Amino acid sequence: MESLRRLAGQPVLGTAVTLIVPLVALAVLTALSGSLLLERIVTVMFIHLIVVTGLQMFMGNSGIVSFAHIGFMGIGAYATVVFSLDPGMKEMTLRYLYEFLKPVHLPFWMALVVGTGIGTAIAAVISFPLMRLHDAAAVITSFAVLIVIHDVIVHWSEVTNGPRTLYGVERETFLWNSALCALAGLVFAVWFRESKVGLQLRASRDDRLAAQAIGVNMVFVRWLAFVLMCGYAAFAGGLFAHFITSFQPGQFYLREVFLVLAMLVIGGPGSVSGAVVGTLLVTALREGLRTGEAKLNLMQIISGQVVGLTEFMLAIAMIAILIFRPAGLMQGRELRLPFRKAPPNAATRER
Amino acid sequence: MVNLGALVQFVVDVLSLGSLYALMALGLVIVYGILRLVNFAYGELIMVAGYALFLLSPTPLPWLVMGLLAVLVSVTTSYLTERVAFRPVRERSLTAMLITSFAVGTMLQNAATLFISPRARVVPLPEVFTQYVTIAERIVPLRNLIAIGVSVVLLGLFALLLRYSILGIALRAAADKFVMTRMLGVPANLVIGTAFAISGLLAGTAALFWFGRTGSVTPEIGLWPLLVAFVSTVIGGMRSLLGAVVGGYVLALIQMVFSYFLPPGLLEFRVTFVFTLVILILLFRPEGLIRGR
Repeated sequence: MESLRRLAGQPVLGTAVTLIVPLVALAVLTALSGSLLLERIVTVMFIHLIVVTGLQMFMGNSGIVSFAHIGFMGIGAYATVVFSLDPGMKEMTLRYLYEFLKPVHLPFWMALVVGTGIGTAIAAVISFPLMRLHDAAAVITSFAVLIVIHDVIVHWSEVTNGPRTLYGVERETFLWNSALCALAGLVFAVWFRESKVGLQLRASRDDRLAAQAIGVNMVFVRWLAFVLMCGYAAFAGGLFAHFITSFQPGQFYLREVFLVLAMLVIGGPGSVSGAVVGTLLVTALREGLRTGEAKLNLMQIISGQVVGLTEFMLAIAMIAILIFRPAGLMQGRELRLPFRKAPPNAATRER
Repeated sequence: MVNLGALVQFVVDVLSLGSLYALMALGLVIVYGILRLVNFAYGELIMVAGYALFLLSPTPLPWLVMGLLAVLVSVTTSYLTERVAFRPVRERSLTAMLITSFAVGTMLQNAATLFISPRARVVPLPEVFTQYVTIAERIVPLRNLIAIGVSVVLLGLFALLLRYSILGIALRAAADKFVMTRMLGVPANLVIGTAFAISGLLAGTAALFWFGRTGSVTPEIGLWPLLVAFVSTVIGGMRSLLGAVVGGYVLALIQMVFSYFLPPGLLEFRVTFVFTLVILILLFRPEGLIRGR
């Protein structure tokens, strides 16, 4: 145990620094460039990074695919906005809101904390019984949770304005605060992976029965990671709502599930470095393709609009990765400066 | 005193919808049974049949031929996805296969958006789909009766194939113990390929009647059939083919009872009710109604 702890202590710091330095550099360069477009892209990337890091903590360490977290991103977005929105604005944009919620008005950061708390609490309550399921049952329940959350958001006009667009949210999320949050989340995820719970979770991923035989409380460690993931997602949802300023339920559904999953799978779910690499790469790819799409539309080579090219190419990239490099680009390894080979017993290879 | 006409209408509604659901569920479970893969690209097999019909509509072919070609497109798509995407990741892990299926589904959806249109397209329908018959003083759409007839015949043929043909026996054996079946000399690729082809056949057939109801096709149309297939298989039992069929009819019954008797305020949340039921079944009775052997 002692040797394990010594082993785990060192890599955390090294990896955290290795991942943070380039991201800070990216944020600073973006701010210096003064380009509004670049700033928007990088801000959205940091928000996505929070969701992807959260997904890595659960999916990467437990080996279970999740769909539900995007639902909690939606809960976080709506819950935060209900508390942060100006009462005057609520009269216009949230007409059917419960009376007792109408005068409530919290500063952005407090609303974000409350929203994240609500999302996390809901996740904690409903997910505990689900954590003993695995394989197909785990996937279908996760999918079912997403659909239930989406359906409730779409129809619960008293809180969410229903399927209509919720507008008039103040812009509170900027490059610097989204970057700070994403980096803090990243450090925690790197630590979590090497922590006792993280190791137990990874043991249960690699061999469920053996892990339980040596005393790992599988349901509990899975649950903890799931709740953390949903907390990350809810927080990112709150940030996203105050970045985009108007949104609708459809933004927290299968399209977003796919994008976030693509980021993690392409980078490699086994490590936090994979989450970072995947988020950076997919963001770059997506923006490149979008620009391409827009150019094609401008040139009007084809009659009608070019739509769907971005997702189409992303899906193909994802399938190619799954076939040719199934553990993702990072293969479950963490980046660490200086880039020397890790000692063999410290290697945490994917199966 | 039960009103005979209302009863007939209710029974026809449940049976026709249930037949479609049964076909959809069976198509999903035939692959699940062998590979343990929950195929997220399944709904897109229905979508491609719709677009095949749309693309064939300017041709002078009779509708029956167009329908058969559309089913063939579903079968081919299903087989090709197995060949190109699922076979290379099959040996790795269930998770890899599952994510692949999700990516394949997204790819097909966006291919339709990109190469055809993100907007709805009208699907050609045969004359008989718009005709009605009168039973016990109630007007019943003829397509509902045809859907019941075709589904029952197809399900019957399928049962016979599984029970008596060598291929059917191999499929059942593979669904039971895949590794053992391979050891006994049954070629894995043949069995899995066949399962995917049958999956496409069932999806394509269901698609014809599904578009008979909706009348148009969009890139996202596969989502609802996918959900239907999920729910039906969970209700009926994920490990049993019979369970999938029973689950399909039970889901149709639940849905009809909801829409006949639920007050409008709660009807909005019927999707929530159904999927909460799914979660509860998986938690407390994961084997479903019909216990697989």
